[in-house]
Amino acid sequence: MHPAFSVIFLTTLIGVGQGLFLALYTGQVYTLAQLLPPQDSQAFYGSGSFVALLFLAGGLFASFFHLGHPERAWRAAARWRTSWLSREVIVLPLFMGLVALYALFHYVGWTHPLFTIAGTLPVDFTLIIGLLAAIAAFGLFICTAMIYAGVRFVQQWHHWLTVANYMLLGLASGFMLASAFSAWTGVDLVGFFGTWAVIFTLAALATRGAALLRNRRLRPKIDLQSAIGVKHRDMQQKAQGFMGGSFNTREFFHGRGPATLRLVRWAFLLLLFPLPVLLIGLSYLIESGSLPIAAFAVQYLGLLLERWYFFAEAEHPQNLYYQTMS
Amino acid sequence: MTQLALVIDLNVCVGCHACVTSCKEWNSSGWAGPMPDRNPYDADPSGVFFNRVQTYEIGTYPDTETLHFPKSCLHCEEPPCVPVCPTGASYKREDNGVVLVDYDKCIGCKYCSWACPYGAREFDEKNRVMKKCTLCIDRITDTTLPESERKPACVLACPTSARIFGDIHDPASEAALAIREEGGYQLQPEWGTRPANHYLPRRKSRIQIHEDELIRADNPLKKEGVPLPVPQGDTIDDVAW
Repeated sequence: MHPAFSVIFLTTLIGVGQGLFLALYTGQVYTLAQLLPPQDSQAFYGSGSFVALLFLAGGLFASFFHLGHPERAWRAAARWRTSWLSREVIVLPLFMGLVALYALFHYVGWTHPLFTIAGTLPVDFTLIIGLLAAIAAFGLFICTAMIYAGVRFVQQWHHWLTVANYMLLGLASGFMLASAFSAWTGVDLVGFFGTWAVIFTLAALATRGAALLRNRRLRPKIDLQSAIGVKHRDMQQKAQGFMGGSFNTREFFHGRGPATLRLVRWAFLLLLFPLPVLLIGLSYLIESGSLPIAAFAVQYLGLLLERWYFFAEAEHPQNLYYQTMS
Repeated sequence: MTQLALVIDLNVCVGCHACVTSCKEWNSSGWAGPMPDRNPYDADPSGVFFNRVQTYEIGTYPDTETLHFPKSCLHCEEPPCVPVCPTGASYKREDNGVVLVDYDKCIGCKYCSWACPYGAREFDEKNRVMKKCTLCIDRITDTTLPESERKPACVLACPTSARIFGDIHDPASEAALAIREEGGYQLQPEWGTRPANHYLPRRKSRIQIHEDELIRADNPLKKEGVPLPVPQGDTIDDVAW
């Protein structure tokens, strides 16, 4: 498939935003359980979830460049019963709204407990909104990934590993950003978020690696015999009906050679997994404030390459009809 | 339920592209148009077509055969492109089974084209919406036209009558008859999309001639000298008059 930059930025940016929000909410829940020291509601949770909102808004902005008619984007909420794309279009603004509310409540400091469960667990507005937003975040991961995993004709995508990858890569990059954000704001949670970021990064390495291995072993389900319905071993296309290009020759092929593909694969495997882990580990050892930010930057770059490769490695059966120009 | 479709006879298609040009002509000015071209007379031309004729070579030289393969939307009975559309712009008509795009609702996200294994949809980069074969819906449903002209433009244009149009659910229709009796098949049946358009295979008529029909074993002049399997004794042919 042709990797469109609008979709690459959409899926990676909202993944980071979802992951960052989930990291912040995890921090809040841990604090509630008195496993972490309490943080300043306004400076940490308020501005942290505002950063998450910025990433989500950036993703939403990028998505409009994918549309032929962005002014009609509101119509895309119509077919949520059947279309994962439609579901994503509903869940993304819903999630953004909840994150905005979460940020607002923390920012203005409406964090007085509404009631207390069992005398020990004080529940405030942010905890309830955060829980709803966390559910929406996971829902959004599933919607985004199922847009691809649901296309049964693209065998490289049509697998639960696609959903696992979107979720774990989003969590890894989001927790990495939370660690970078803690370092930036001087909050003592760099190690906590960094540890989770490493765990998610390693888990993502396992699922993405499994997907790469699976895709290498895939045999196409359809061949030219089935595509044109002629039973013969030796068949060649001699003309595809036009001498120039067409939508069919542009949309379904990445247009690069195998060497570029190999380079991108190794680059993302390096930038996405070992390098950020090394950088965050190093920052823990030397107590550096800038290395976690570098770790996130490197991982996000790797994520962009990973998403490019995700599209490039997908083989669409329609390409069987477009093998030879003339 | 009616399911209108094309049955394309690969045995008689000569690859003249008359269906391609007549499709472009009719639909450029019809309901489904326009079908814009980019750089049509320049380097790197590109344009929207609902129908293409491709050519394949089967076998290796000198035992080869050329196959011309017209390719358009197959109007699947289980169209995978329809449920993925987020706006409902892609739909299958209830009354005749034609798969259409409502250009006023299409947001141009191209997701339907990903969900079509046949590559039947083409994005119109000028009008920024997805386009596809409509089976000339404005023509086949136009009751002001005489009955004989209520057919897709490609069908009317085909000089060898390689394209049969009709309701494949009506067992008595010409299209259903051709599928049933001439070996009509579907493309990529593995996916379960149940394409409504069918193709008729290349087929050759051969006369079966057995050896004893070429060499008359009971030739009265015994020129071939073939012994009969069983001695016949004198036959009427052996009698000299």
